[in-house]
This record gives sequence, C-alpha cells and structure tokens, in this order.
Amino acid sequence: MSDQYTNEPMLDIYIFETIHLIEQLEETVLNGEKSGGYSSEAINEIFRIMHTIKGSSAMMLFSEISNLAHVIEDLFFFLREEKPTNLDYSTLTDLVFESVDFIKLEIEKIKNGDKADGAAASIVDQLKVYIHQLKNSNTDISEDKPTEQETTKTQYYISQSFSDILNYKHYYKAEIFFEDGCEMENIRAYTIIHNLKNITSKIKHIPTDIIENDGTIQQIREQGFVIYFKANQTFNEMHEFFMKSLFLKDLELTELQDDESWPADNAVQVEISSNIIKGIIPLNQKIKSESNNENQGPTTQGFISVPVGRMDKLMDLVGEMVIAEAMVTQNPDLKELNLDNFSKAARQLRKITSEVQDMVMSIRMVPLSSTFHKMHRIVRDMNKKLNKEVQLEIIGEETEVDKSIIEHISDPLMHLVRNSIDHGIESVEDRRSNGKNELGRVTLEAKNAGNDVVILIKDDGKGLSKDKILEKAKQNGLLHKSENEMSDKEIFNLIFIPGFSTNDAVTEFSGRGVGMDVVVKNIEKVGGSVSVDSVMGFGTTITMKIPLTLAIVDGMNISVGRSCYTIPTIAIKQSFRPKETDIIRDPHGNEMIMVRGVCYPILRLHKLYKVKDAQVHFHKGILVMVENEGKTVCIFADELLGEQQVVVKTLPTYIKRIKKIEGLSGCTLLGDGSISLILDAAGLTNINKQ
Amino acid sequence: MADILMQDELFEVEDTQKGKYLTFNIGTEFYGIEIKYVTEIIGIQVITEVPELPEYIRGIINLRGKIIPVMDVRLRFKKTFREYNDRTCIIVVDIKDISVGLIVDSVSEVLNIPERDIVEPPQMNRGFNNRYIKKIGKVGNDVKLLLNCEKLLTEDEIVDINEAL
Repeated sequence: MSDQYTNEPMLDIYIFETIHLIEQLEETVLNGEKSGGYSSEAINEIFRIMHTIKGSSAMMLFSEISNLAHVIEDLFFFLREEKPTNLDYSTLTDLVFESVDFIKLEIEKIKNGDKADGAAASIVDQLKVYIHQLKNSNTDISEDKPTEQETTKTQYYISQSFSDILNYKHYYKAEIFFEDGCEMENIRAYTIIHNLKNITSKIKHIPTDIIENDGTIQQIREQGFVIYFKANQTFNEMHEFFMKSLFLKDLELTELQDDESWPADNAVQVEISSNIIKGIIPLNQKIKSESNNENQGPTTQGFISVPVGRMDKLMDLVGEMVIAEAMVTQNPDLKELNLDNFSKAARQLRKITSEVQDMVMSIRMVPLSSTFHKMHRIVRDMNKKLNKEVQLEIIGEETEVDKSIIEHISDPLMHLVRNSIDHGIESVEDRRSNGKNELGRVTLEAKNAGNDVVILIKDDGKGLSKDKILEKAKQNGLLHKSENEMSDKEIFNLIFIPGFSTNDAVTEFSGRGVGMDVVVKNIEKVGGSVSVDSVMGFGTTITMKIPLTLAIVDGMNISVGRSCYTIPTIAIKQSFRPKETDIIRDPHGNEMIMVRGVCYPILRLHKLYKVKDAQVHFHKGILVMVENEGKTVCIFADELLGEQQVVVKTLPTYIKRIKKIEGLSGCTLLGDGSISLILDAAGLTNINKQ
Repeated sequence: MADILMQDELFEVEDTQKGKYLTFNIGTEFYGIEIKYVTEIIGIQVITEVPELPEYIRGIINLRGKIIPVMDVRLRFKKTFREYNDRTCIIVVDIKDISVGLIVDSVSEVLNIPERDIVEPPQMNRGFNNRYIKKIGKVGNDVKLLLNCEKLLTEDEIVDINEAL
C-alpha cells in the first residue's frame, strides 16, 4: 500500500491526517444538517478542522487546498462570531460538501503521486459570495436595533477580558525537589515564585515563610517545595517554565480539576496589584494558549497509529512462531519418550502462542462504523437529487473485519446503497398510493456468523420483479435454462451477471449495468459472496458474506507427486474417484467426465505444471470439482491430504517479475514448515478455456 | 542532528564492508560476491518446485516465514546439474530489495581483496560467462571471479526467457 505513495513520511502523515479530518468533518456537517442547525461545538470543530487542514496544506505547499480551507474557515468564523439566524443550512451543507469533495479529489491525486493541479477558484468564489450574502442579510436584521447589539457586544468583550484576569483557566500543583547539596533551597524557591509572579497572581506555596525562616531549607530538602497556582498557560508551557529553573532535580506538575484542592487559608496568598498583570499578559498570548489547548486534546487519547507494513510483518512472524512451535512440540525425535515436564511446558507454550496469534489478529480488526457512516452522505445527496425521502438505518456498526477487507468493501457497499435508493425505493407519491410509509428506509446491518461477517443491505422499496428480470435476461441472451426450471433465487441472482440492468433510464447514480457485477467481483476478490432475495412490493435484501480476514483461508490440501497444492475450500464443489470408463476423450486428446448428466473438462495438474512422479491413472487418483463464476473444471490430483486453515502469502516478487504463473494465487506454509502453492480457482477455470 | 549521526553510521558500515568478498566455488572455479549483498548463508533446504519457471530457478524455500526463490548458480551458468549434498549452501542475497537464494557447491571464506588486486576481465568476443563477471580479483596465486549480482537477476535475462518460450 505505502509503496504507491511517495516515500516522504511527511506526505504520508499529511494524507492520512487530512483524510481522517475530512471524514470527521463530513460527519459533523451531516449531523448538523440533520438536527436543523449547528451547535456551537460543531461549528468550533469544523473551524478547528479547517484550520488544521489550512495549516498543514500550506506547509506542504498545496496552496489551492489551503486557500479553500481558509475561505471555509472564514465562513465558520463568521457563523461562530455573528450567529446569524436566517441560515439556509442545506445550501451551506452543499457548499461545504462541494469543498470537501474537491479536497478529497486533490488528496487522491497526491496519494497517487500525481500533481494536485485542480483549481478551487470557482468554489472559493461561491463561498465568498455566500459569506457576503450572509453578512448582508445579517446586518439587515441587526439594523433594527443597532445600538443594542453594539452595547452587548462591547459588554461581552469586557466581561471576557475581565474574567480572564480573575478566573484563570487552569489550576496547577507543582512539587519541586532541588538537587542534593545545591544549598540555599529557600532562595531558589523564592526565585521560582518570583518568576511565577510574572505569569499569575494566584500563588500559594508550602512552606510559606521561605525567606524569613532559614529552617524551611530543611523542610524543602526533605519534603520538597509545593506550589499551588492558577494560570492561563497550558500544562506544557508551565512544565517548560519550571524545567528552566536551576538545580532542579525532580518536578511533579499536576493540573488540578477545581478549587477544592486549593490549600486552605493557613498558607499565605501572594498578592500582586492587578494593573501590573494587565500589562504583562498580552491578549494574543492568551489566544495562542487557547488554540494550543484545543490541538492537544485528541493526542492524549491512548491510541498509536502503526504503519500497516509493520503489522503485516508482525503477523508473518506470529504465523512463523506457530509453525515453529508445532515443529518443536511435535518433533519426531521426541516420539515414544515419556516427557511429563516437557509436555507440560509445551502445553503452556501452545496456549501462549495461540493467545498471541489471536491478539495480533484482533489488532488488525477495524469496526465497520466509519465505512457505514460514509453512506449517510450518499443517502443525503441522493435524497436531494432524486427527490426521495429515504432514511438510513445502521445496525451492528461495531462489527469488526480485517483492515484490508474494509478497503475492498467500501465501493461495493456504496454501489448497493445507491442501487437500493435509486431502483428500490419508490417516489414519495408512489409510496403514498401504495399505502406505505412515505419515508423510505434502507437498513445496513452487519453481524458475525462463524468465520464470516454478514452484511445486509435491506430496503423497503418495490422489490425485484421476476418477470422484468427474465425478460431482460432473455433480451440480452443471458438465460441458459428454461424459465420454469429456475428458482426465485436463481432468477434474482441474474442481476449480478455483467451487462444486466433493469432500470430503463440511466441516471447519474446507476443503471449502466456495470454496478452489480462490479460489486460481485470486488467481493469475490476478498473471498466473499453476494446473494439477493426480494419480495415483490415489500423490498429487497442483498446479503454479502465476507471472510473475517483475507490473510487466512480455508483450504483443501492436495498432493501431486511430491508437491502439495491448496485449493480454497469455497471453490470446491465435490471430490470423487472416477472409474476409467467414465472418462470421455475427444479427438484432440482433451479429457472430460460426465457427472449427473453434465460434462466437465478434466485438468491434469501434473501435466499442467509438469510434476514428476505423479499419479497418471484416474482410478488411483482423485478428481476435485472446482467452480468459479459458473465455470467448472475437474482437477486431477494424487490424493486429498486434508482441510486446514492456511495463511496466504504472495509469491516472491522476483518470481512474479519473471512470469505470471497461470492458476497460482500465492503460497502458504504448512504445519511442518514446508510450502504449499495455493491454486486460484478463477485462473484454473480460465486456463481450461484457452 | 539525528540525520548526521545516521550518515556517519552509514559511512562506517560501508567502510567495513568495502573490499570484502564472500567466496564460493562451483566445480573448480572460485567466485566472489560483494559482502554487502549477502544477508546470510544457510544449508540446503527442502525446495518447493514452482511450475513454469526457467530451469535454474529451482523453486521457493521457507526462510523463517519469508518465502524466497532459490536459483541454482550452476544451472544459471549453464553447467550440468549436480546432486545437492551437505556441502551445498544457499547464499541469501538482497539485491535492490529482492531476496534471492543462490545455490552454490560450497562456500569458502570472506576475503579482503584490495582495489589494486582487482582487474578488468579480459575482453573476449562471445564468452557468455563474461556477462556475469564484473571484475577479477587476485588473491595470492588464485583467481576469484567477482560476480555482478545485479546482472544475475536482470531484466534482459527475462526477455531471453520470454523469447525462448
């Protein structure tokens, strides 16, 4: 993944961060629109996000993005300060989304190593016009009572600066120990207090009479010098302040939550006349510390981001450890020895390794929520454009799947949701006349089912019409069976065939007949499957079944000569030992077999891959029937070795560079450390065609 | 600051590796390979054959969970195949981020060959071995053929294979 990017780590971080921020922004904006207005926190958050994007984009020299972010920042600054009342949230949201889309596009370009060459000028102009309009309309209203507003405004500012001086934002407690043998601890403590007075007037310290009483030296040496104070500075700034002190051995700085821990009156309060402070604390410094505060917020959470490459490596190592463990505990040298203590220790080792394995797997798991929440945006856009009223309901967003899988299912999910709204849900009038709730409903549901995750996309629309599907399939020559023989499910699943679209009108969102088969292809890439069910008039349910992780598949190991191959179990239909007499040979030497009235081609693996010492007689080997996308082939192997979960690894790059080997998708390590090649069902069924 | 330190380290590493060659033999000839390419040396392992590859790529091996291809240098130089024995070694090299195992008859030692003892190979008209020999090193009375590792795995070879097929 990271290979695609430029190798600059700064750029990687910028891309990662910006994408993350943009997602956050979209969600905030959507929530704002839904609740019919932005809360002040939402406005602040958008403001902050845009501020960050502006800053980092400017730093990375992406001036268009930074310009755009700047204008949006202006817009939200206006909203925050003026709180206009007659706001058209829907226009505002449209504008913000347009900008977001622009930034997304540019980021995508940067990610692919292209130049970010888009011009934001038109959007910037639109936004500027919008801000201008807002300003005008807002002053119109306020003109009615201009004096009042002015006075409240000034009052507001006074009160703020006033309160800033009396009520400091943070309460701190600092415990200071000086270096052993530095002498005159009381004087040093006084120096700190003196410096601290430049920052704040609210200081209390223990012991109190440091200058007058030399006895305090001993106390400071033993118990440390404790200062309670209030300040506007952030924790880090204060920490830095104290660390500058001379002979400092140990500093314990804590931020106190409230006044309660403020020491009682037995401590002396240091008073400084307030006019001095006014001169010392410039206003902009305060603002600076405020914004610092906000930026530091999220970093304190207990998360670290790790490059995916390292995770993959860790997983490889753990997989290797599992194999090594098996090699030790099941070592043939240990056979028939009675080793009680050894087996006890080995059991312990096995337990720990499996726990480590589970943990590593769980680290890679990511909840589906962000993918699901992206759909809100699509639903909103489509509602507007298609004049439908659809509500999105999300169930089970906390279900987790492997990170690499999330990347693969996001696009298909989008297709399906679009399809549901565009084709499934009827227009408001139709719904009303059919006696349905006017508000259409699309449900996204995720749940765990064994080793799979099942994702359902349900809508309560008009459902699929069997007749229409059949008619369309006939028109396009996609029917291979007679209509009467087909089950409902088979008919519905026709919509996944490439080139099938029942919607007569091609809209912006769907109808080109590429959607559904792309969905299927994407899902099959990660080893999943898609099926559809529908009840006429009541809606359609599309079910996606996705394996929990890409890295591990269920496979059937087969042997050919001395080589071992693995076929994904999902592709295997059946396996059987044929009689020599069942085999049909055509004049070109192609072999076929008749099973239940259908003729399947036979693929001899030993011939295909030129394996020596392999079984050549059908009655001594076994045939494995493999199906992919409706094509079936029988693979002839020596014997079945058994089913097992295998960790998929790609073939070395050197080999991939030399030649793309047909029918091989990768390799895997078996329990005894040997390598098995993983057969690719799609590749194998296609080889035969040629 | 950190960058400068890193650079210093890099220089040091390069310095200690400079002029050092791992020597191995195939039949009666001695070859040398720059030590900076070598990751490790392992004994012969169980090799899993991979179909449809040129003969000199014997297959893939499992190196502590990493799967790497192995190339029989004997076959690469169009010599006859020799059964592997307990002297046979796999030299794992890392060339331009590609790990490959080289199967050789036996590994001898790491030698320091100073610049002055290294000469250009003679210009022969059509010696095919020449392609992989970068320089010739003199050690005492012996001659070590210094391999051009990158050429061992280069693209033009790939073209050849495709043509042969």
